[in-house]
Amino acid sequence: MQAGQDSLDKTVCEAAVEIKNEDGLHMRPAMQFVDVASQFDCDITVSNSENDVDGKSIMQMSMLAATCGTKLKIKAEGQDAEKAINALRELVEEKMFDEPAPSDRKK
Amino acid sequence: MKFSNFVCFEAIISELQASDRDGLIAELVTSLDKAGKLEKGCRNEIIKVVIKRENEASTGIGKGVAVPHAKHPGVKDVIAVLGQSSAGIDFSSLDKQLVYSVILLISPGNDPDRHLQAMESIFKHLQQEKFRRFLRQCRKPEEIEDLLREADENPSL
Repeated sequence: MQAGQDSLDKTVCEAAVEIKNEDGLHMRPAMQFVDVASQFDCDITVSNSENDVDGKSIMQMSMLAATCGTKLKIKAEGQDAEKAINALRELVEEKMFDEPAPSDRKK
Repeated sequence: MKFSNFVCFEAIISELQASDRDGLIAELVTSLDKAGKLEKGCRNEIIKVVIKRENEASTGIGKGVAVPHAKHPGVKDVIAVLGQSSAGIDFSSLDKQLVYSVILLISPGNDPDRHLQAMESIFKHLQQEKFRRFLRQCRKPEEIEDLLREADENPSL
């Protein structure tokens, strides 16, 4: 093991995602996000236009209050960054946290 | 959104009598009912939906705080109430610790964005160690109201 090796291994991955489920990133989706993020060793940061928060902290993720249609940036830093980004993008945009997309609401 | 936009100050309970989670939820919902914030006859049903939501996944997010919540048409707008327990209550929290400060939130369900904005204000402050500490130090409902009003003016609290 050589000193300085770590920095060479450091992978950084980013993805822009959009919240697509009608109810947005409320607490249950935020918990799902944190659960998936926590399966990886890399550091995960999620940003909206105002804040950068820790993607593994439920309190910080809930603070984003991302409504349906909000765009977020996910950044992962570490060896498994690419896997983490793929899993999180799938959760947000494809699985939509197992929640419905907006429907035409009766007014 | 500010606390003063959705917290019912007169329903705040600075020393909860309940000794378990479901009792605590009932106590806080009842307090909102007494303050006239719930439609008549909805109280028991609201208690039920909050407990049901809590059973699906604990809102005890760690560090001694919990945010039980649910949607119910028995409220006109997003409404919240705070309660404190000095003995601490088991909420099956993520960090296995007891809960001392509880914010209960009921949303009408037809405006998910407004629910998220209320959650944003709650977590913006709850994630700050200083705010949680001040909250636990409050002994009277008025002190909790003052703290929330101060937090509305000071985003870093």
